[in-house]
Amino acid sequence: MSISKKQKRKRREEVIGTIYSIIIYTILYIPVFVMMAFSFNNQRYNYFWNGFTTQWYSKLFSNSAVIGSLWYSVVIAVLSTVISVVIGTIGALGLKKYEFKGKKFINNMLYIPIIVPEIVMAVALLIIFMKTGIALGMGTILIGHCTFCIPYAVVTIKGRISGDDYSLEEASMDLGANRIQTFINVTLPGIMPGVMSAAFLSFTLSIDDVVMSNMLAGAKNSTLPVLILSMNKSGVTPDVNALTTIMILIIVIAMILNNIIKNTLKKRAKMEESI
Amino acid sequence: MNKKNTFKRKTLPALAMAGPVSLWMILFVTLPMMYIIYISFMSRGVFGDVVYEFSLESYKTLLDSTYFKVIVKSVRAAFTTTVFCLLIGYPFAYYIAKKPKEVASKLIMLIMIPFWTNSLMRLNSWLLLFQTSGPVNNFLQSTGLIDSPISFVYTDGLVMLGMITNMLPFAVLPMYSSIEKLSKSLLEASADLGASRRTTFFQITLPLTFPGIFSSIILVFIPSLGIYTVTDMLGGGKVLYIGNIIKNQFGAIRNWPLGAALSVLLIVITGLLIFIYTRFAKIEDMEVV
Repeated sequence: MSISKKQKRKRREEVIGTIYSIIIYTILYIPVFVMMAFSFNNQRYNYFWNGFTTQWYSKLFSNSAVIGSLWYSVVIAVLSTVISVVIGTIGALGLKKYEFKGKKFINNMLYIPIIVPEIVMAVALLIIFMKTGIALGMGTILIGHCTFCIPYAVVTIKGRISGDDYSLEEASMDLGANRIQTFINVTLPGIMPGVMSAAFLSFTLSIDDVVMSNMLAGAKNSTLPVLILSMNKSGVTPDVNALTTIMILIIVIAMILNNIIKNTLKKRAKMEESI
Repeated sequence: MNKKNTFKRKTLPALAMAGPVSLWMILFVTLPMMYIIYISFMSRGVFGDVVYEFSLESYKTLLDSTYFKVIVKSVRAAFTTTVFCLLIGYPFAYYIAKKPKEVASKLIMLIMIPFWTNSLMRLNSWLLLFQTSGPVNNFLQSTGLIDSPISFVYTDGLVMLGMITNMLPFAVLPMYSSIEKLSKSLLEASADLGASRRTTFFQITLPLTFPGIFSSIILVFIPSLGIYTVTDMLGGGKVLYIGNIIKNQFGAIRNWPLGAALSVLLIVITGLLIFIYTRFAKIEDMEVV
Protein backbone atom coordinates (compact mmCIF):
# COMPACT_ATOMS: atom_id res chain seq x y z
CA MET A 1 0.00 0.00 0.00
CA SER A 2 2.65 2.45 1.03
CA ILE A 3 4.89 1.46 -1.86
CA SER A 4 2.22 2.07 -4.43
CA LYS A 5 1.52 5.38 -2.77
CA LYS A 6 5.18 6.28 -3.06
CA GLN A 7 5.23 5.25 -6.70
CA LYS A 8 2.12 7.26 -7.37
CA ARG A 9 3.72 10.32 -5.82
CA LYS A 10 6.85 9.79 -7.85
CA ARG A 11 4.84 9.52 -11.06
CA ARG A 12 2.91 12.64 -10.20
CA GLU A 13 6.13 14.56 -9.53
CA GLU A 14 7.58 13.34 -12.81
CA VAL A 15 4.52 14.63 -14.69
CA ILE A 16 4.61 18.00 -12.92
CA GLY A 17 8.36 18.30 -13.64
CA THR A 18 7.89 17.51 -17.29
CA ILE A 19 5.07 20.00 -17.73
CA TYR A 20 7.11 22.64 -15.88
CA SER A 21 10.17 22.20 -18.04
CA ILE A 22 8.11 22.17 -21.24
CA ILE A 23 6.78 25.58 -20.19
CA ILE A 24 10.31 26.89 -19.56
CA TYR A 25 11.60 25.54 -22.86
CA THR A 26 8.65 27.13 -24.63
CA ILE A 27 9.48 30.51 -23.11
CA LEU A 28 13.14 30.11 -24.16
CA TYR A 29 12.20 29.15 -27.72
CA ILE A 30 9.37 31.66 -28.31
CA PRO A 31 11.77 34.51 -29.23
CA VAL A 32 13.62 32.29 -31.72
CA PHE A 33 10.46 31.11 -33.47
CA VAL A 34 8.93 34.58 -33.51
CA MET A 35 12.17 35.88 -35.02
CA MET A 36 11.99 33.19 -37.72
CA ALA A 37 8.27 33.74 -38.39
CA PHE A 38 8.71 37.47 -38.93
CA SER A 39 11.41 36.83 -41.53
CA PHE A 40 8.51 35.77 -43.77
CA ASN A 41 6.44 38.87 -43.04
CA ASN A 42 5.33 40.82 -46.09
CA GLN A 43 6.04 44.30 -44.71
CA ARG A 44 8.92 46.78 -44.97
CA TYR A 45 9.03 47.12 -41.17
CA ASN A 46 7.72 44.48 -38.80
CA TYR A 47 4.71 46.23 -37.28
CA PHE A 48 2.15 43.47 -37.65
CA TRP A 49 1.70 40.27 -39.60
CA ASN A 50 0.95 41.19 -43.21
CA GLY A 51 1.02 37.89 -45.08
CA PHE A 52 3.65 35.39 -46.12
CA THR A 53 6.58 36.20 -48.38
CA THR A 54 10.06 34.86 -49.02
CA GLN A 55 11.23 38.09 -50.64
CA TRP A 56 13.51 39.05 -47.72
CA TYR A 57 15.66 36.00 -48.30
CA SER A 58 16.30 36.96 -51.91
CA LYS A 59 16.57 40.69 -51.19
CA LEU A 60 18.92 40.09 -48.27
CA PHE A 61 21.99 39.75 -50.42
CA SER A 62 21.40 43.04 -52.15
CA ASN A 63 21.23 44.90 -48.83
CA SER A 64 24.84 45.96 -48.67
CA ALA A 65 24.57 47.49 -45.17
CA VAL A 66 23.43 44.23 -43.60
CA ILE A 67 25.75 41.94 -45.56
CA GLY A 68 28.65 44.34 -45.03
CA SER A 69 28.13 44.37 -41.28
CA LEU A 70 27.84 40.57 -41.23
CA TRP A 71 31.14 40.30 -43.08
CA TYR A 72 32.75 42.80 -40.69
CA SER A 73 31.47 40.77 -37.71
CA VAL A 74 32.76 37.50 -39.14
CA VAL A 75 36.23 38.92 -39.88
CA ILE A 76 36.46 40.34 -36.35
CA ALA A 77 35.19 37.09 -34.81
CA VAL A 78 37.69 34.96 -36.76
CA LEU A 79 40.62 37.26 -35.96
CA SER A 80 39.79 37.57 -32.27
CA THR A 81 39.27 33.81 -32.05
CA VAL A 82 42.70 33.14 -33.56
CA ILE A 83 44.46 35.73 -31.37
CA SER A 84 42.64 34.64 -28.20
CA VAL A 85 43.16 30.94 -28.75
CA VAL A 86 46.89 31.33 -29.49
CA ILE A 87 47.55 33.62 -26.52
CA GLY A 88 45.10 31.66 -24.37
CA THR A 89 46.60 28.25 -25.13
CA ILE A 90 50.22 29.09 -24.49
CA GLY A 91 49.13 31.33 -21.61
CA ALA A 92 47.15 28.55 -19.94
CA LEU A 93 50.11 26.17 -20.28
CA GLY A 94 52.55 28.76 -18.98
CA LEU A 95 50.37 29.77 -16.04
CA LYS A 96 49.83 26.13 -15.10
CA LYS A 97 53.41 24.97 -15.46
CA TYR A 98 55.63 27.81 -14.27
CA GLU A 99 55.84 29.65 -10.98
CA PHE A 100 56.74 33.30 -11.13
CA LYS A 101 56.26 36.53 -9.26
CA GLY A 102 52.89 38.10 -9.90
CA LYS A 103 51.30 34.89 -11.17
CA LYS A 104 48.49 35.13 -8.65
CA PHE A 105 47.90 38.72 -9.73
CA ILE A 106 47.58 37.70 -13.39
CA ASN A 107 45.26 34.84 -12.42
CA ASN A 108 43.03 37.31 -10.58
CA MET A 109 43.17 39.79 -13.46
CA LEU A 110 41.82 37.08 -15.76
CA TYR A 111 38.56 37.02 -13.81
CA ILE A 112 37.95 40.75 -14.13
CA PRO A 113 36.74 40.81 -17.76
CA ILE A 114 34.65 37.70 -17.08
CA ILE A 115 32.88 39.10 -14.02
CA VAL A 116 32.87 42.90 -14.16
CA PRO A 117 29.98 44.27 -16.29
CA GLU A 118 31.08 44.59 -19.88
CA ILE A 119 30.15 48.26 -20.14
CA VAL A 120 32.77 49.04 -17.47
CA MET A 121 35.52 47.23 -19.38
CA ALA A 122 34.40 48.92 -22.59
CA VAL A 123 34.50 52.48 -21.27
CA ALA A 124 37.78 51.82 -19.45
CA LEU A 125 39.36 50.74 -22.75
CA LEU A 126 37.68 53.63 -24.56
CA ILE A 127 39.27 56.18 -22.21
CA ILE A 128 42.69 54.60 -22.70
CA PHE A 129 42.33 54.66 -26.50
CA MET A 130 41.12 58.28 -26.50
CA LYS A 131 43.89 59.32 -24.14
CA THR A 132 46.65 57.66 -26.17
CA GLY A 133 45.17 58.86 -29.46
CA ILE A 134 44.56 55.41 -30.90
CA ALA A 135 41.93 55.76 -33.65
CA LEU A 136 38.76 53.78 -33.07
CA GLY A 137 38.05 51.10 -35.63
CA MET A 138 38.55 47.44 -36.28
CA GLY A 139 41.77 47.34 -34.27
CA THR A 140 40.17 48.70 -31.12
CA ILE A 141 37.15 46.37 -31.45
CA LEU A 142 39.60 43.46 -31.82
CA ILE A 143 41.45 44.48 -28.66
CA GLY A 144 38.13 44.77 -26.83
CA HIS A 145 36.93 41.35 -27.95
CA CYS A 146 40.25 39.66 -27.19
CA THR A 147 40.25 41.22 -23.73
CA PHE A 148 37.20 39.15 -22.78
CA CYS A 149 37.90 36.15 -25.07
CA ILE A 150 41.45 35.51 -23.76
CA PRO A 151 40.33 35.00 -20.12
CA TYR A 152 37.58 32.60 -21.21
CA ALA A 153 40.10 30.74 -23.39
CA VAL A 154 42.65 30.50 -20.56
CA VAL A 155 40.04 29.28 -18.04
CA THR A 156 38.61 26.72 -20.49
CA ILE A 157 42.00 25.32 -21.50
CA LYS A 158 43.46 25.35 -18.00
CA GLY A 159 40.64 23.07 -16.91
CA ARG A 160 41.80 20.52 -19.48
CA ILE A 161 45.46 20.39 -18.45
CA SER A 162 46.15 17.60 -16.01
CA GLY A 163 49.42 17.23 -14.14
CA ASP A 164 50.50 13.99 -15.76
CA ASP A 165 50.92 15.64 -19.15
CA TYR A 166 54.35 16.77 -18.04
CA SER A 167 55.79 13.26 -17.86
CA LEU A 168 54.86 12.75 -21.50
CA GLU A 169 56.54 16.04 -22.38
CA GLU A 170 59.66 15.05 -20.51
CA ALA A 171 59.72 11.68 -22.25
CA SER A 172 59.45 13.42 -25.59
CA MET A 173 62.32 15.77 -24.73
CA ASP A 174 64.42 12.86 -23.45
CA LEU A 175 63.90 11.12 -26.76
CA GLY A 176 65.48 14.09 -28.49
CA ALA A 177 62.53 16.21 -29.59
CA ASN A 178 62.99 19.94 -29.11
CA ARG A 179 60.52 22.23 -27.33
CA ILE A 180 58.57 23.20 -30.45
CA GLN A 181 58.28 19.59 -31.65
CA THR A 182 57.17 18.50 -28.20
CA PHE A 183 54.58 21.27 -28.09
CA ILE A 184 53.09 20.39 -31.48
CA ASN A 185 53.25 16.60 -31.19
CA VAL A 186 52.67 15.95 -27.50
CA THR A 187 51.26 18.91 -25.58
CA LEU A 188 48.82 20.27 -28.14
CA PRO A 189 47.02 16.97 -28.98
CA GLY A 190 46.52 16.42 -25.24
CA ILE A 191 44.67 19.69 -24.72
CA MET A 192 42.96 19.81 -28.12
CA PRO A 193 39.39 19.36 -26.79
CA GLY A 194 39.95 22.37 -24.50
CA VAL A 195 41.42 24.41 -27.35
CA MET A 196 38.46 23.58 -29.58
CA SER A 197 35.89 24.59 -26.99
CA ALA A 198 37.87 27.77 -26.28
CA ALA A 199 37.76 28.57 -30.00
CA PHE A 200 34.03 27.91 -30.19
CA LEU A 201 33.40 30.04 -27.12
CA SER A 202 35.57 32.92 -28.37
CA PHE A 203 33.86 32.93 -31.74
CA THR A 204 30.35 32.96 -30.30
CA LEU A 205 31.24 35.62 -27.70
CA SER A 206 32.80 37.84 -30.35
CA ILE A 207 30.14 37.51 -33.04
CA ASP A 208 27.28 38.17 -30.58
CA ASP A 209 29.00 41.04 -28.78
CA VAL A 210 27.22 44.39 -28.71
CA VAL A 211 28.75 46.41 -25.90
CA MET A 212 32.47 46.41 -26.79
CA SER A 213 31.72 46.75 -30.51
CA ASN A 214 29.31 49.60 -29.86
CA MET A 215 31.65 51.57 -27.60
CA LEU A 216 34.91 50.93 -29.45
CA ALA A 217 33.76 51.19 -33.07
CA GLY A 218 34.74 54.14 -35.17
CA ALA A 219 32.18 56.06 -37.19
CA LYS A 220 32.75 54.00 -40.33
CA ASN A 221 31.81 50.36 -39.98
CA SER A 222 29.58 48.56 -37.56
CA THR A 223 29.21 44.92 -36.70
CA LEU A 224 25.87 43.18 -37.22
CA PRO A 225 24.78 43.41 -33.55
CA VAL A 226 25.62 47.12 -33.48
CA LEU A 227 23.62 47.63 -36.69
CA ILE A 228 20.65 45.82 -35.11
CA LEU A 229 20.93 47.99 -32.00
CA SER A 230 20.94 51.13 -34.13
CA MET A 231 17.82 49.89 -35.94
CA ASN A 232 15.78 49.63 -32.75
CA LYS A 233 14.38 53.18 -33.01
CA SER A 234 12.86 52.68 -36.45
CA GLY A 235 12.30 48.95 -36.09
CA VAL A 236 14.44 46.01 -37.18
CA THR A 237 13.80 45.18 -40.83
CA PRO A 238 12.65 41.66 -41.82
CA ASP A 239 15.77 40.99 -43.89
CA VAL A 240 17.78 40.95 -40.64
CA ASN A 241 15.31 38.33 -39.35
CA ALA A 242 16.00 36.35 -42.52
CA LEU A 243 19.76 36.62 -41.99
CA THR A 244 19.65 35.53 -38.34
CA THR A 245 17.31 32.68 -39.28
CA ILE A 246 19.88 31.44 -41.80
CA MET A 247 22.66 31.83 -39.21
CA ILE A 248 20.93 29.84 -36.47
CA LEU A 249 20.02 27.09 -38.96
CA ILE A 250 23.66 26.82 -40.03
CA ILE A 251 24.77 26.59 -36.39
CA VAL A 252 22.18 23.92 -35.52
CA ILE A 253 22.98 21.85 -38.63
CA ALA A 254 26.71 22.10 -37.86
CA MET A 255 26.02 20.97 -34.29
CA ILE A 256 23.97 17.97 -35.44
CA LEU A 257 26.63 16.97 -38.01
CA ASN A 258 29.32 17.33 -35.37
CA ASN A 259 27.35 15.02 -33.06
CA ILE A 260 26.78 12.43 -35.78
CA ILE A 261 30.48 12.40 -36.68
CA LYS A 262 31.45 12.11 -33.02
CA ASN A 263 29.04 9.25 -32.44
CA THR A 264 30.12 7.26 -35.52
CA LEU A 265 33.77 7.71 -34.55
CA LYS A 266 32.96 6.48 -31.05
CA LYS A 267 31.06 3.47 -32.40
CA ARG A 268 33.86 2.62 -34.80
CA ALA A 269 36.41 2.84 -32.03
CA LYS A 270 34.26 0.55 -29.89
CA MET A 271 33.88 -1.95 -32.72
CA GLU A 272 37.59 -1.99 -33.35
CA GLU A 273 38.15 -2.53 -29.66
CA SER A 274 35.81 -5.52 -29.59
CA ILE A 275 37.57 -7.06 -32.58
CA MET B 1 77.18 29.26 -16.79
CA ASN B 2 74.71 27.64 -14.46
CA LYS B 3 72.73 30.84 -14.27
CA LYS B 4 72.59 31.05 -18.03
CA ASN B 5 71.33 27.49 -18.13
CA THR B 6 68.38 28.10 -15.82
CA PHE B 7 67.54 31.14 -17.89
CA LYS B 8 67.36 29.04 -21.03
CA ARG B 9 65.60 26.14 -19.36
CA LYS B 10 63.13 27.92 -17.11
CA THR B 11 62.92 31.69 -17.44
CA LEU B 12 62.80 31.90 -21.23
CA PRO B 13 59.98 29.39 -21.75
CA ALA B 14 58.02 30.84 -18.83
CA LEU B 15 58.41 34.30 -20.35
CA ALA B 16 57.45 33.11 -23.81
CA MET B 17 54.36 31.29 -22.59
CA ALA B 18 52.96 33.32 -19.71
CA GLY B 19 54.36 36.60 -21.06
CA PRO B 20 51.81 37.47 -23.77
CA VAL B 21 48.76 36.80 -21.61
CA SER B 22 50.28 38.69 -18.65
CA LEU B 23 51.18 41.64 -20.85
CA TRP B 24 47.69 41.70 -22.37
CA MET B 25 46.03 41.64 -18.97
CA ILE B 26 48.23 44.41 -17.58
CA LEU B 27 47.86 46.63 -20.67
CA PHE B 28 44.15 46.13 -21.33
CA VAL B 29 42.71 45.24 -17.93
CA THR B 30 44.86 46.56 -15.07
CA LEU B 31 45.79 49.90 -16.64
CA PRO B 32 42.32 50.81 -17.95
CA MET B 33 40.75 49.82 -14.63
CA MET B 34 43.20 51.95 -12.67
CA TYR B 35 42.76 54.84 -15.07
CA ILE B 36 38.97 54.79 -14.84
CA ILE B 37 39.21 54.92 -11.05
CA TYR B 38 41.61 57.86 -11.40
CA ILE B 39 39.29 59.70 -13.83
CA SER B 40 36.35 59.25 -11.44
CA PHE B 41 38.12 61.56 -8.99
CA MET B 42 38.57 64.32 -11.59
CA SER B 43 35.89 66.78 -12.69
CA ARG B 44 34.23 67.80 -15.91
CA GLY B 45 35.32 70.92 -17.72
CA VAL B 46 32.96 73.34 -19.43
CA PHE B 47 33.39 71.74 -22.85
CA GLY B 48 33.03 68.18 -21.67
CA ASP B 49 36.78 67.80 -21.19
CA VAL B 50 38.38 66.35 -18.07
CA VAL B 51 39.84 68.77 -15.52
CA TYR B 52 42.75 67.00 -13.88
CA GLU B 53 42.29 68.13 -10.29
CA PHE B 54 41.19 65.96 -7.42
CA SER B 55 37.49 66.31 -6.85
CA LEU B 56 34.60 64.34 -5.40
CA GLU B 57 32.14 66.16 -7.62
CA SER B 58 31.15 63.06 -9.62
CA TYR B 59 30.44 61.03 -6.54
CA LYS B 60 28.37 63.88 -5.12
CA THR B 61 26.42 63.99 -8.39
CA LEU B 62 25.61 60.30 -7.97
CA LEU B 63 23.73 61.20 -4.80
CA ASP B 64 21.58 63.69 -6.73
CA SER B 65 18.01 62.55 -6.85
CA THR B 66 17.98 61.95 -10.65
CA TYR B 67 21.01 59.69 -10.71
CA PHE B 68 20.29 58.13 -7.37
CA LYS B 69 16.84 57.13 -8.62
CA VAL B 70 18.40 55.42 -11.63
CA ILE B 71 20.85 53.56 -9.40
CA VAL B 72 18.08 52.39 -7.09
CA LYS B 73 15.95 51.39 -10.07
CA SER B 74 18.81 49.41 -11.66
CA VAL B 75 19.67 47.63 -8.44
CA ARG B 76 16.01 46.78 -7.92
CA ALA B 77 15.68 45.53 -11.51
CA ALA B 78 18.85 43.41 -11.22
CA PHE B 79 17.60 42.07 -7.90
CA THR B 80 14.17 41.18 -9.31
CA THR B 81 15.79 39.50 -12.32
CA THR B 82 18.03 37.47 -10.03
CA VAL B 83 15.17 36.39 -7.75
CA PHE B 84 13.00 35.32 -10.70
CA CYS B 85 15.91 33.50 -12.38
CA LEU B 86 16.65 31.59 -9.16
CA LEU B 87 13.02 30.73 -8.42
CA ILE B 88 12.30 29.64 -11.98
CA GLY B 89 15.74 28.14 -12.58
CA TYR B 90 16.25 26.00 -9.47
CA PRO B 91 13.34 23.56 -10.01
CA PHE B 92 14.24 23.46 -13.70
CA ALA B 93 17.91 22.67 -12.92
CA TYR B 94 16.73 20.10 -10.36
CA TYR B 95 14.49 18.37 -12.88
CA ILE B 96 17.34 18.15 -15.43
CA ALA B 97 19.91 17.02 -12.85
CA LYS B 98 17.72 14.11 -11.77
CA LYS B 99 17.60 12.75 -15.35
CA PRO B 100 20.11 10.14 -16.53
CA LYS B 101 23.37 11.75 -17.67
CA GLU B 102 22.77 11.14 -21.39
CA VAL B 103 19.34 12.79 -21.30
CA ALA B 104 20.55 15.62 -19.06
CA SER B 105 23.32 16.66 -21.44
CA LYS B 106 20.78 16.77 -24.29
CA LEU B 107 18.41 18.87 -22.17
CA ILE B 108 21.26 21.28 -21.35
CA MET B 109 22.08 21.51 -25.05
CA LEU B 110 18.43 22.37 -25.66
CA ILE B 111 18.81 25.34 -23.29
CA MET B 112 21.90 26.60 -25.12
CA ILE B 113 20.57 26.51 -28.71
CA PRO B 114 18.29 29.59 -28.48
CA PHE B 115 21.25 31.53 -27.11
CA TRP B 116 23.17 31.13 -30.32
CA THR B 117 20.63 33.42 -31.91
CA ASN B 118 21.67 37.03 -31.65
CA SER B 119 20.49 38.32 -28.26
CA LEU B 120 19.16 41.58 -29.72
CA MET B 121 17.03 39.69 -32.22
CA ARG B 122 15.58 37.60 -29.41
CA LEU B 123 14.74 40.79 -27.53
CA ASN B 124 13.25 42.26 -30.68
CA SER B 125 10.95 39.23 -30.88
CA TRP B 126 9.35 40.17 -27.56
CA LEU B 127 8.80 43.64 -28.98
CA LEU B 128 7.16 42.17 -32.11
CA LEU B 129 4.92 39.96 -29.99
CA PHE B 130 3.80 42.66 -27.59
CA GLN B 131 3.61 45.72 -29.84
CA THR B 132 0.33 47.59 -30.23
CA SER B 133 -0.83 45.68 -33.31
CA GLY B 134 1.15 42.56 -32.44
CA PRO B 135 -0.08 38.99 -31.94
CA VAL B 136 -0.61 39.25 -28.17
CA ASN B 137 -2.82 42.34 -28.40
CA ASN B 138 -4.66 40.90 -31.42
CA PHE B 139 -5.35 37.70 -29.54
CA LEU B 140 -6.56 39.50 -26.42
CA GLN B 141 -8.81 41.73 -28.50
CA SER B 142 -10.24 38.86 -30.50
CA THR B 143 -11.17 37.02 -27.33
CA GLY B 144 -12.87 40.15 -26.09
CA LEU B 145 -10.78 40.35 -22.96
CA ILE B 146 -9.74 43.90 -23.81
CA ASP B 147 -11.35 46.57 -25.95
CA SER B 148 -8.32 48.56 -26.98
CA PRO B 149 -4.72 47.35 -27.23
CA ILE B 150 -2.59 47.43 -24.09
CA SER B 151 0.69 49.29 -24.57
CA PHE B 152 3.25 46.81 -23.31
CA VAL B 153 6.01 48.35 -25.37
CA TYR B 154 8.62 50.49 -23.59
CA THR B 155 7.37 49.51 -20.13
CA ASP B 156 9.36 48.25 -17.16
CA GLY B 157 7.42 45.00 -17.36
CA LEU B 158 8.57 44.19 -20.88
CA VAL B 159 12.17 45.13 -19.98
CA MET B 160 11.88 42.74 -17.02
CA LEU B 161 10.65 39.94 -19.30
CA GLY B 162 13.61 40.54 -21.60
CA MET B 163 16.08 40.55 -18.70
CA ILE B 164 14.76 37.34 -17.14
CA THR B 165 14.56 35.36 -20.39
CA ASN B 166 18.05 36.53 -21.40
CA MET B 167 19.63 35.67 -18.04
CA LEU B 168 17.89 32.39 -17.19
CA PRO B 169 20.53 30.01 -18.63
CA PHE B 170 23.26 31.71 -16.59
CA ALA B 171 21.25 30.86 -13.50
CA VAL B 172 20.37 27.32 -14.55
CA LEU B 173 23.82 26.04 -15.55
CA PRO B 174 25.75 26.56 -12.25
CA MET B 175 22.80 25.30 -10.20
CA TYR B 176 22.46 22.28 -12.47
CA SER B 177 26.07 21.26 -11.99
CA SER B 178 25.94 21.66 -8.21
CA ILE B 179 22.69 19.66 -7.93
CA GLU B 180 24.11 17.02 -10.25
CA LYS B 181 27.18 16.63 -8.02
CA LEU B 182 24.98 16.10 -4.95
CA SER B 183 25.50 12.59 -3.67
CA LYS B 184 22.41 10.42 -3.78
CA SER B 185 23.47 8.44 -0.73
CA LEU B 186 23.29 11.55 1.44
CA LEU B 187 19.69 12.11 0.46
CA GLU B 188 18.88 8.46 1.05
CA ALA B 189 20.58 8.54 4.44
CA SER B 190 18.54 11.57 5.39
CA ALA B 191 15.33 9.81 4.34
CA ASP B 192 16.32 6.60 6.14
CA LEU B 193 16.92 8.52 9.33
CA GLY B 194 13.34 9.63 9.18
CA ALA B 195 13.64 13.12 7.75
CA SER B 196 10.68 14.25 5.72
CA ARG B 197 11.31 15.26 2.13
CA ARG B 198 10.88 18.86 3.05
CA THR B 199 13.44 18.56 5.86
CA THR B 200 15.89 16.78 3.55
CA PHE B 201 15.52 19.53 1.00
CA PHE B 202 16.06 22.39 3.44
CA GLN B 203 18.70 20.66 5.60
CA ILE B 204 20.72 18.80 2.95
CA THR B 205 19.98 19.72 -0.65
CA LEU B 206 19.72 23.48 -0.33
CA PRO B 207 22.84 24.04 1.84
CA LEU B 208 24.97 21.71 -0.26
CA THR B 209 23.97 23.35 -3.52
CA PHE B 210 24.43 26.84 -2.10
CA PRO B 211 27.77 27.48 -3.89
CA GLY B 212 25.98 26.81 -7.18
CA ILE B 213 23.16 29.13 -6.19
CA PHE B 214 25.63 31.87 -5.29
CA SER B 215 27.43 31.42 -8.64
CA SER B 216 24.06 31.92 -10.30
CA ILE B 217 23.44 35.04 -8.24
CA ILE B 218 26.77 36.52 -9.36
CA LEU B 219 26.36 35.49 -13.00
CA VAL B 220 22.87 37.02 -13.17
CA PHE B 221 22.99 39.99 -10.79
CA ILE B 222 26.24 41.60 -11.95
CA PRO B 223 25.60 41.55 -15.72
CA SER B 224 22.00 42.69 -15.11
CA LEU B 225 23.31 45.67 -13.20
CA GLY B 226 25.41 46.90 -16.11
CA ILE B 227 23.10 45.99 -18.97
CA TYR B 228 21.94 48.62 -21.46
CA THR B 229 20.98 46.58 -24.51
CA VAL B 230 17.74 45.27 -23.01
CA THR B 231 16.63 48.74 -21.97
CA ASP B 232 17.64 50.11 -25.39
CA MET B 233 15.73 47.45 -27.30
CA LEU B 234 12.64 47.10 -25.09
CA GLY B 235 12.63 50.34 -23.11
CA GLY B 236 12.90 52.58 -26.15
CA GLY B 237 15.02 55.13 -24.30
CA LYS B 238 12.25 55.59 -21.73
CA VAL B 239 13.57 53.02 -19.28
CA LEU B 240 17.10 53.89 -18.16
CA TYR B 241 19.49 51.80 -16.09
CA ILE B 242 23.05 52.49 -14.88
CA GLY B 243 24.43 51.00 -18.11
CA ASN B 244 22.54 53.52 -20.25
CA ILE B 245 23.73 56.41 -18.09
CA ILE B 246 27.37 55.28 -18.29
CA LYS B 247 27.11 54.87 -22.06
CA ASN B 248 25.62 58.35 -22.45
CA GLN B 249 28.43 59.98 -20.44
CA PHE B 250 30.90 58.72 -23.00
CA GLY B 251 28.68 59.68 -25.92
CA ALA B 252 26.58 62.77 -26.40
CA ILE B 253 26.61 64.06 -22.81
CA ARG B 254 30.39 63.80 -22.46
CA ASN B 255 30.92 63.67 -18.74
CA TRP B 256 33.74 61.17 -18.36
CA PRO B 257 34.27 61.61 -14.60
CA LEU B 258 30.59 60.92 -13.89
CA GLY B 259 30.60 57.86 -16.18
CA ALA B 260 33.80 56.73 -14.50
CA ALA B 261 32.28 57.18 -11.02
CA LEU B 262 29.27 55.06 -12.03
CA SER B 263 31.66 52.43 -13.40
CA VAL B 264 33.58 52.46 -10.12
CA LEU B 265 30.26 51.92 -8.32
CA LEU B 266 29.69 48.80 -10.44
CA ILE B 267 33.26 47.63 -9.79
CA VAL B 268 32.77 48.06 -6.03
CA ILE B 269 29.48 46.12 -6.02
CA THR B 270 31.09 43.36 -8.11
CA GLY B 271 34.09 43.24 -5.80
CA LEU B 272 31.89 43.00 -2.72
CA LEU B 273 29.88 40.09 -4.11
CA ILE B 274 33.02 38.25 -5.20
CA PHE B 275 34.55 38.84 -1.78
CA ILE B 276 31.52 37.26 -0.09
CA TYR B 277 31.64 34.41 -2.60
CA THR B 278 35.29 33.61 -1.91
CA ARG B 279 34.47 33.28 1.82
CA PHE B 280 32.85 29.92 1.18
CA ALA B 281 33.81 28.80 -2.33
CA LYS B 282 36.73 29.00 -4.71
CA ILE B 283 36.46 31.42 -7.57
CA GLU B 284 37.78 28.73 -9.92
CA ASP B 285 34.64 26.71 -9.19
CA MET B 286 32.29 29.42 -10.31
CA GLU B 287 31.39 27.58 -13.55
CA VAL B 288 31.70 30.71 -15.61
CA VAL B 289 32.40 28.71 -18.74
